[in-house]
Amino acid sequence: MVARIFAILAIAGFALIALPLVTELPPMEELTSLARTYVERTPDELGAANVVTAVIVTYRGLDTLGEVSVLFIATAGVGFLLRRQGPAVRSGGDGVPAEPENGPGQAPSEILATGARFLMPVVLLFGVYIFTHGHLTPGGGFQGGVIVASAMLLYFLSTPGGRVGHTALTLVESLSGASYVFLGVLGLVLAAGFLDNRLMPLGEFGRLFSAGAIPVIYSLVGLKVGAELSGILDHLRSREGDHA
Amino acid sequence: MTTALIVVLGVVMLVAAVFAVLHQQLVSAVIAAGVVSLSASVVYVLLAAPDVAMTEAAIGSALTTVVFLYALSRIRGAKGGSDGS
Repeated sequence: MVARIFAILAIAGFALIALPLVTELPPMEELTSLARTYVERTPDELGAANVVTAVIVTYRGLDTLGEVSVLFIATAGVGFLLRRQGPAVRSGGDGVPAEPENGPGQAPSEILATGARFLMPVVLLFGVYIFTHGHLTPGGGFQGGVIVASAMLLYFLSTPGGRVGHTALTLVESLSGASYVFLGVLGLVLAAGFLDNRLMPLGEFGRLFSAGAIPVIYSLVGLKVGAELSGILDHLRSREGDHA
Repeated sequence: MTTALIVVLGVVMLVAAVFAVLHQQLVSAVIAAGVVSLSASVVYVLLAAPDVAMTEAAIGSALTTVVFLYALSRIRGAKGGSDGS
């Protein structure tokens, strides 16, 4: 009873703190001075049409490197835990290829198999489009990477016994991560600072090959995120950890 | 018009969130949590934040839901039965 009263008090306290968000938050009529500075300076300085991307990749590039590292550590943790658990879970009946996979436990339906086979290349291409056009249109490395991973999910769902080359995933993941850091250091040498995108020519505003190193960096981030998330999905999916 | 749509989506999010917390079946709760994210991503589009909307739709409603469902099926497989549904 006392615990319940404390819980209600805590909720009421949080509601009281959050109340100004509802009553006092003014509707945004115009950009704040900081936002206006970014919007005005980005096209001239960095040549990127998408200001959000310019902030994420260049102005706050170091933060993005940290986020990518967090995702890498999470992936490594999932791989580590599920690999250790694998042989212990496998109790009896191992080595039987006819053992149904996890999930629903049956082969995918005709509709799922056909639809996934049709959709997977399209979704994959869309993911690549999202991260290569991150400096022009909404989206970027993280979003594109997740879309690539969802294309892999379609493949996993339609072919339960399908295998993914973990060596290839690891190779893509580490190579793109290392190149990301290398490009950052290159910006330190050739341009104004770490992860400065002006180490490559800015090009014509609004074209695909423009905005310096931003498309390259975001493509690397997209490949890295896509490989990591596909790895997580594959680790979660496969019951037996022998191929991990 | 936009405000009305945002209010409707907010109500949907609240209902789905309460459903996710209170419902006994975990699979339904996971799906309801995905509905919360999907509605949130539509709200982001209405508020002219397509970058955030894309992230929310792809990660919040798609990938997180799938990871939860895979985790649930693994837990059930480890228990070795169809209990705890």
